[in-house]
Amino acid sequence: MNPDVPFRKGRMTPFQARRRWLTTLAAGAGTLALGGCDRAVEDRRIAGTLANTEKLTLASQRLLLDHQPLAREYGERDVSPVFRANGSSMPASPEYARLLQGRFVDWRLQVDGLVQRPLSLSLAELKAMKTRSQITRHDCVEGWSAIGKWQGVPLSQVLDLAGLKPGARYVIFHCADNLAETKDDSGLYYESIDLLDAYHPQTILAYGMNGNELPVAHGAPLRLRVERQLGYKQAKYVMRVEVADAYAHLNGGKGGFWEDRGYEWYAGI
Amino acid sequence: MTSPPAMTTARMPSGLFRHRALRPPRQLVPRHSALVRVTHWINVLCFSLLLMSGAQIFNAHPRLYWGQYGADYDHAWLSMDSLRSDGHWRGVLHLGPLSVETTGVLGASKDGAGNLQPRGFPSWLTIPSYQDLADGRHWHFFFAWLFAINGAVYLVGGLLSRHFRRDLLPTKAELAPSHLAQEVVDHAKLDFPKGEAARRYNVLQKLTYLAVAFVLLPGMVLTGLTMSPGLDSAVPFLLDLFGGRPSARSLHFIFASALVAFVVVHLVMVLLSGVWNNLRSMITGRYAIEVEGDAR
Repeated sequence: MNPDVPFRKGRMTPFQARRRWLTTLAAGAGTLALGGCDRAVEDRRIAGTLANTEKLTLASQRLLLDHQPLAREYGERDVSPVFRANGSSMPASPEYARLLQGRFVDWRLQVDGLVQRPLSLSLAELKAMKTRSQITRHDCVEGWSAIGKWQGVPLSQVLDLAGLKPGARYVIFHCADNLAETKDDSGLYYESIDLLDAYHPQTILAYGMNGNELPVAHGAPLRLRVERQLGYKQAKYVMRVEVADAYAHLNGGKGGFWEDRGYEWYAGI
Repeated sequence: MTSPPAMTTARMPSGLFRHRALRPPRQLVPRHSALVRVTHWINVLCFSLLLMSGAQIFNAHPRLYWGQYGADYDHAWLSMDSLRSDGHWRGVLHLGPLSVETTGVLGASKDGAGNLQPRGFPSWLTIPSYQDLADGRHWHFFFAWLFAINGAVYLVGGLLSRHFRRDLLPTKAELAPSHLAQEVVDHAKLDFPKGEAARRYNVLQKLTYLAVAFVLLPGMVLTGLTMSPGLDSAVPFLLDLFGGRPSARSLHFIFASALVAFVVVHLVMVLLSGVWNNLRSMITGRYAIEVEGDAR
């Protein structure tokens, strides 16, 4: 062999063959990996392990949120020119249509479950209670954000009026909209939060938005604002507030409409 | 740094490849510590899966904004639009004032059955391949935790072992414009350091790795955390740092794109500068260098 042949060139030749072999192997592995990803996603054990991340996220965020810091409040000039309405924009039930036609005069908020005094509150009664107004950011799980001004009664006021019974751990919101459009009630929207979020000062039952009555598309007559979590926790068309020790008995057992469809119960991330 | 005992491979039996005898003497020197090797490969795994699950999450709303709010009616600086015309889907990428037809890749691409579907990134780039935001989030957050823990181990370990100071911090001489220019020219000519100089990272490597390890990767974590409404109330400074959640989401995308560009260049450099030697050094830690003053 000619020693003047560049060192690099001489070295490459046998390696090129091996490299080709490796490339084929890598391409094969890549194809397997791609096909395998969907299989991995659908594997229950893997899904279970990944879903456990939520516990770690919840525990670490609770550590940071233990002192109940407020979500950022914005100024009037920061309000989104158009606040996108998401999910249901008009509940389909005849009952809701009747209430809407009557301008929600006949509407009552039921407060029951693990409470000392079950309540049935009219909109006027809610508006007569202590109010809180806040300009906050709504973060959809999809990735968009909108800023709006909300006016309502702190949930803590309503809960204190009803009085919690021992064992109370969660507050469940039953809504009028049937998002899955099923014939029975299994598609009815519902949500749940724990007492830490329920008693947060910015957690309100809102009846006003951007200085007006809460529009139908945004959940009239009453919607939840739980400001340190994502949009799907902000239940609209709230008809009933149930205080409970668990939510596993409801529908899919995961504590909410979207939770039953794979999303995290703790939506602080 | 004291020179470790070297294993000389020059007089190894010629074995399969006779021309080996023509090679200049080489010695295997320790290149990467166990810390660097382990965290590197965990990072490879995490980055790949975070990228793919991130593309899945992005697809739920393939538009990016600057500022404190951003949704469908607001101005997006980047969007992958899916348009319906003549009964089939068309993909158009909007980037600032630019509009590029991207049917087949961005905005509209084929599903498993071969039909064009409206989606931001194509199915071969997302986990899972089909549209499923909930699963994409589960994968993203699991590997985000692993990635952050791995990164923290790397940063703390790198500081304690003086890896950053010893191997990554450029010297004053290296940062001289003339030296930098020379390195750029050498790189462009694919003229890689040999012999003793190959024991160390060159200054372009040092600066790139510093940017990746101290700017882009921590930037991914911080912009990611800024998208969490819970974290925003615990650490409101994040919103000021990045100028709002939509801005943080945009920067998350830009940093990820920059990391993809880094990985492409990194892989090309690994291939061009001796793929086996590089791979060996990142697996076993040992890197072969030519013994100075011999051959060539």
